[in-house]
Amino acid sequence: METSKKLPADPSEPAPSPSGDGAPDRLVKGDLSFHDITEMVSRHAEKKAPMAWYAAFAVALSGTLLLLGLFAHVVWNGIGVWGNNQPVGWGWPIVNFVFWVGIGHAGTLISAILYLFRQHWRTAINRAAEAMTLFAVMCALIWPTFHVGRVWAIYWTLPIPNQMAMWPQFKSPLLWDVFAVSSYFLVSLIFWYVGLVPDLATLRDRAKNFWRSRILAFFSLGWTGSNRHWRNYEKAYLLLAGLATPLVLSVHSVVSFDFAVSVIPGWHTTIFPPYFVAGAIFSGFAMVVTLMVITREIYGLKNVITIDHLEKMNIIILVTGTIVGFAYITEFFMAWYSGVQYEQYAFINRAFGPYAWAYWIMMTCNLITPQLFWFKKLRRSIPVMFVLSIFVNIGMWFERFVITITSLHRDFLPSSWGYFTATWVDIGTLVGSFGLFFTLFLLFLRFVPMVAMAEVKGVMPQADPHFHEHGGNGHPEGDGEPYIKPAEPALAEAYRGGGPEETDDSST
Amino acid sequence: MPTFVQDLKANLGIFESDADQVYGLLAEFSDPGALLHAAEAVREDGYSHFDTHSPFPIHGMDEAMGLGNATGVGVLAFFGGVTGCAVAYLLQWWTAAVDYPINISGKPFFAVEPSVPIMFELTILFAAFGAVAGMLALNGLPRPYNPLFYSDRFKGATDDRFFLHIAASDDQFDVEESAALLQRLGARHIELVKDDGTMDA
Repeated sequence: METSKKLPADPSEPAPSPSGDGAPDRLVKGDLSFHDITEMVSRHAEKKAPMAWYAAFAVALSGTLLLLGLFAHVVWNGIGVWGNNQPVGWGWPIVNFVFWVGIGHAGTLISAILYLFRQHWRTAINRAAEAMTLFAVMCALIWPTFHVGRVWAIYWTLPIPNQMAMWPQFKSPLLWDVFAVSSYFLVSLIFWYVGLVPDLATLRDRAKNFWRSRILAFFSLGWTGSNRHWRNYEKAYLLLAGLATPLVLSVHSVVSFDFAVSVIPGWHTTIFPPYFVAGAIFSGFAMVVTLMVITREIYGLKNVITIDHLEKMNIIILVTGTIVGFAYITEFFMAWYSGVQYEQYAFINRAFGPYAWAYWIMMTCNLITPQLFWFKKLRRSIPVMFVLSIFVNIGMWFERFVITITSLHRDFLPSSWGYFTATWVDIGTLVGSFGLFFTLFLLFLRFVPMVAMAEVKGVMPQADPHFHEHGGNGHPEGDGEPYIKPAEPALAEAYRGGGPEETDDSST
Repeated sequence: MPTFVQDLKANLGIFESDADQVYGLLAEFSDPGALLHAAEAVREDGYSHFDTHSPFPIHGMDEAMGLGNATGVGVLAFFGGVTGCAVAYLLQWWTAAVDYPINISGKPFFAVEPSVPIMFELTILFAAFGAVAGMLALNGLPRPYNPLFYSDRFKGATDDRFFLHIAASDDQFDVEESAALLQRLGARHIELVKDDGTMDA
């Protein structure tokens, strides 16, 4: 990637001052000024996209076209072209729905929960993670929409007065799901957009082209960075974070009610809500790692999305993966302890029945391989985390496959047992949904600032009003914010020397 | 003397220009610290119609400008949440128990327990709408026209520049005196912004 002369694209390159890479506690590496951040992030939304982008976009777009074509096929012929049938009425479409909704959890988690916990490292990745959330939720919503069969009647799920004088059945978990997922989508969308407004204003002020500046002016709402505005803005952002936190935890709980409120052995368990939420966070973070590893590489953002950020995400993957693994084992214990033979059989059948292959793929990818992240070397290795994060998402897809399909294919009556096989339409639509996801994500990378510039600037040491007067680390001693403290006194000295010049290069 | 409405609008960061089409003085400062001190000094000097512009929120600026705690957004979000909860309850009760009751195995037409998930979701949704709509309303956004946009230098306010703007609608505003004050506070560059698009450095 072309980088302008003075921007160090990689922390391993020699930094202009010893404080640059030497102080591992700093969130932004390479001793960048505010303007460097603006430059580094916005130019990708301004210049022509690199060839690699076009190549990737072509592939993703063909996936989207495949999806459109196959959904037309599904609507025309009916959902029987998928493998769904008796006894497995919920085949891949529902597996895919739960899979994508799960991925859609990391964005809001990173944005909201980490914001409330004052985890400043989130600023580098939250924008892309939130965008990923939106796109994943879109990819999720298409499945139940088409799985109802008569897609033209999907509005029956909403309480819209109609000529039949009928209302949706509010006592059904499936309807709770409609409300939960669509509320989640809307709240994530406004959360993302509110965060985007100051950055769109940055792009507006840099725009050279008349129409570009007009369009950005429209979307940036006349933002001027006024402190009278920042004050309400920050309050609203904090409130949104506070509201999104219980929401993100509720969404996958409600999705799990789709299963848990039924009476099918293997589904009817109280552990489902927390276990689904942990799984969602697990798969979402894995997807963020996969995408961020590629993005920072291609767009030269290694100083902003640093290896420390990736390591932190890998730790979360390790923790949630272990929670999920623990939940698998707990489920087994509860099935045995319940003394209910159907429940016991459902679990024996999962691990050793006709779908044992899926169960063991799930166990391997979700419980076993993430344990490699116990080793610091492996958690900081880009190739290792890339492969493991993809494994996690394979494992999480199989988790939903195992839950949905093994429970349905053999329930109470052996006379109604069956074996589910996917059709080529199942495979094609799943591949196509990835196409849709990557199409949207690539458009995002191309047109929207992919890192929250205003927020990154706000956590840089120079952003602190006391930075220049003390000339030091930007904070008075002992206020509990060690993240910007230089690691060694010598570096602090060097940093003091280098401090004031940093903003001066923006003058004239 | 600014009227009540003018003061209210000034609170949103919307100022009125004076008879000569003068919108105010725009001074640039070198860094967040300098801006913070300048804001403090301007307030202590008795100005109230002024604002600071920075690429990111500056810690402590609310106190420096004497703005106090922003409670409006929280109140609006709260009412949004209450509305959402009430809407969800009434919707589920009215549709199931009043408008089209269906007898299923003699179960009650309406019960609170299965209504909780949707009440919860709509509470959050409406509270989020309240927070965002409230934030926009209290900020006077969207605001496509702003005389400050006439300044080329001001484009840096969303990049790496720090501005203090004293509005002409302030009682104490006087081009010479206010400019001298800003000069004393260490402004790097001062310009007079006019509503008709002309500019004096």
